[in-house]
Amino acid sequence: MSEMGATPYPPGELEREARAADTRRRWLLSLPALVIIIFAAAGPLLVMVVYSFLTPGDYGNVKWQFSLEGWTNTIVQRDIFDDTLIWADAHLSIFWRSLSLSLITTLLTLIFGVPTAWFIATQPPGKREFWLFLVTVPFWTNLLVRTIAIQELIRSEGVINLVLLKLGIIDAPLQMMFTDFAIGFGMTYVYLPLMVLPVYAAVDKLDFRLVEAAHDLYASRWTAFRRVILPLIKPGIIAGSILVFIPCLGAYVTPRVLGGGKNLMFGNLIELQFGQGRNWPLGAALSLMLMVAVMVALIWYVRVTSREQADGR
Amino acid sequence: MADRPVKQPKGYSVRTLPGFAVLALFTFFALYAPITILVAYSFNAGTSLAIWEGFSLRWYYQAAANEAVQDAAIRSLYLAFSAATIATIAATMAALATTRTRHFPGKTMIYALINQPLMVPEIVTAVALLIVFAAVKVWTGHTSMIYLIAAHTAFCVPFAYLPIRARLETMDTSLEAAAQDLYASPWMTFRRVTLPLMWPGIVAGLMLAFVISLDDVVITEFVKSAGQDTLPTYMLGQLRRVVTPEVNAISTVILVAGAILVTLFFRLTSRRG
Amino acid sequence: MKKLAIAATALAFTATGALAQELNIYNWGNYTNPKLIEKFEAETGIKVTITDYDSNDTALAKVKAGGHGFDIVVPSASYVPIWVGEGLLAETRPDQMENFKNVDPVWVNVDWDPGRKYTVPWQWGTTGVVVNTKYYDGDIDTSAIFMDPPDELKGKINVVPEMGDVMGLAIMYYGGKPCTDDKELLKKVRDGLVAAKQHWLGMDYGNIEKFAKEDLWAGVNWNGSTFRMRLQNENIKYGYPKEGYVVWMDSVGVLKDAQNMDEAKAFQNFIMDPENAALISEFARYANGITGSEAFMPEDMKTAREIQIPAELKDKGVFIPTCAPETQALYTRIWTDLQK
Repeated sequence: MSEMGATPYPPGELEREARAADTRRRWLLSLPALVIIIFAAAGPLLVMVVYSFLTPGDYGNVKWQFSLEGWTNTIVQRDIFDDTLIWADAHLSIFWRSLSLSLITTLLTLIFGVPTAWFIATQPPGKREFWLFLVTVPFWTNLLVRTIAIQELIRSEGVINLVLLKLGIIDAPLQMMFTDFAIGFGMTYVYLPLMVLPVYAAVDKLDFRLVEAAHDLYASRWTAFRRVILPLIKPGIIAGSILVFIPCLGAYVTPRVLGGGKNLMFGNLIELQFGQGRNWPLGAALSLMLMVAVMVALIWYVRVTSREQADGR
Repeated sequence: MADRPVKQPKGYSVRTLPGFAVLALFTFFALYAPITILVAYSFNAGTSLAIWEGFSLRWYYQAAANEAVQDAAIRSLYLAFSAATIATIAATMAALATTRTRHFPGKTMIYALINQPLMVPEIVTAVALLIVFAAVKVWTGHTSMIYLIAAHTAFCVPFAYLPIRARLETMDTSLEAAAQDLYASPWMTFRRVTLPLMWPGIVAGLMLAFVISLDDVVITEFVKSAGQDTLPTYMLGQLRRVVTPEVNAISTVILVAGAILVTLFFRLTSRRG
Repeated sequence: MKKLAIAATALAFTATGALAQELNIYNWGNYTNPKLIEKFEAETGIKVTITDYDSNDTALAKVKAGGHGFDIVVPSASYVPIWVGEGLLAETRPDQMENFKNVDPVWVNVDWDPGRKYTVPWQWGTTGVVVNTKYYDGDIDTSAIFMDPPDELKGKINVVPEMGDVMGLAIMYYGGKPCTDDKELLKKVRDGLVAAKQHWLGMDYGNIEKFAKEDLWAGVNWNGSTFRMRLQNENIKYGYPKEGYVVWMDSVGVLKDAQNMDEAKAFQNFIMDPENAALISEFARYANGITGSEAFMPEDMKTAREIQIPAELKDKGVFIPTCAPETQALYTRIWTDLQK
């Protein structure tokens, strides 16, 4: 990508100064966002870092006594019955469940979200924001009310089953409530706008002359989509995927209510430690582990994309 | 802006992708199916959310008489509006600072910090905020909504930032360069060229932030002081006992009010464009 | 920004600098009858604000952190000793209040607050089993309904995810006492729960609709909530496991750092009046522990099986004490294993 407004400076001192000034300006511009986040999100998290190295208090909270157990217990634990050291397979399998469910949800939001964003962005101008708004309206209602409404659709005698029975596609009602299907359906529903909106923002700015050029060169629609459109709207798709995937990992209201809560998600596991389980250090360590994993992936992504940009794409 | 006149053979549009319209319309249908049920049951005569017992406005009357639920709804909207607006302004500035530039010192760090609220399960931020904000509350003796606004703004920032950033990254820079060539001041260039070009990203970011704040339960539950229930925390309390269609009625009112407001807003702004 | 901050301050509710008499109640959501509050406000002129919580642990963590602005809290029995032990509750001596004479003697010398020096009864209830008798007409007064379900009910069972209650029921099913740390027994409990779980459909709260519409047929549930289910579907019946079921009580305490101490005490006294206590029950459908309140209660509550425990099962109800921290840690591990 070209450097917007980059004035050719004479080499040497002047350029270095200009660069420093530019850096300062950019930091200053980011400052409000950084201050808010440091004050009301990242900063307080330092408390969690400290807590993860302490001993659980008797009734929640912590005792000011150094301990590494919060961290070691995330991976290995003493068997409660014969006291042997075992893998904390409960934590691992719960993490795996969250991970795969988040991946599936991201994929589903892509399948439904990208065409929706495309559809909106190709509407006549002036109407687009209205369609965009239509995507977010359902989310003005309360999450729980919405979830209850979804249950109404997938109940044994719910709308979907009734229609399928009427059409003769099935003979007996399908058990959809409290299944993984319900979780996938619900999470896709809840997170769809997080995919549609960033993708829309990217498609809306797509230079259709490039697509046309591809067609002129006898590319099929599919090839044009894959080779021309997709690379151009990639920033939007990646932004959308991040917005969907990461909150999914920690989500628990939707999976609990729709999935029936029989199997914990990673978010529930952490919540359990801060709530009824009364093991705050373990809860803190588990969540920091999750955060570090996601952070590493994200920084890797930034590095890769900025290298792509540097290469001039 | 995005619509340069493009010559196309009749009946052949490069904007059409096979199956996309069908999938999109299906998506809209699926998005609205549960909402239709919700609105329908707000007119249910019975106490049930699921068993239809005839048409009635009783839940609207009841909601109109229930100050607690009204206060909670108004508080939710006020909170979401404040947090989303502040977050979007901050995110727009940050997005301008971190896109379309060489790699400057600290760029990755800014990016990581801005996205940090996304990376921690809500409950963790909630407990951390509880501990820190409680200390501040005790220290200052001040317990207003400002804490909730701060907390919501913080987790709204990445949701506003990412669409705006995505928009900026795909944005054509030639128009801005042209404006500068025509001796427009930087501020003029920004106001007349950059801002309108960014606008869809900003709108997308604002909407996302608004919706995210409106739905938040866990952080609100831990940060709120006495008398600061929002609609979601009010509902969370109901979940353990019983949920009445009163909330459907309130939701329908918010839905309709929101629809009218935003339609008006788009009517006014699209004329300008 | 500045304007917003000012608006925020103006809109916000601050406990400081209040002129009128106020009272801030921190209670379980959807648990306080608005009529009760209206009556209290009318009689005393005190303006009441209610704020909700959804779990004992959240409430405890919040109040312990400070800066909350609440005056009154309503913890469950097994949490009251923790609140007292952490020095969070004020010793308001309800036992010396005017209306204390109305408290049912059964609820005076309770383990968690002997002689009632801190708290006043709010409501009490039981955790037992629920069965839709259309699908199963065998004995329902047993925990086997969810621990070793009959074939008819398999795959349609929901267990409320309340760790203390479910662990208590399961331990008693295997002949133990709640809060036991007998590892041999706990192993049986864990294996039994894990084996039973494959027959469950869900572990979720708030299932009144799903039971009423017969998406769920059986499970572990609270009595008041089952009462509400039965009002929508008469096939639903509440069972008291003869192996032992859980009895619980939520009690009203005043916080040590309450800013409206006198108003809070007035409220404690107020709800020990039978007529007022009846209002509490009328709303959430649980019994209240105040003698004479029955006279003011709705007719359908006087005969309901969910409220009136059958005589032969009365002595099977067990209060879950506050478990030792090490025991609690064991239970958490079993609970995690169950839900992995």
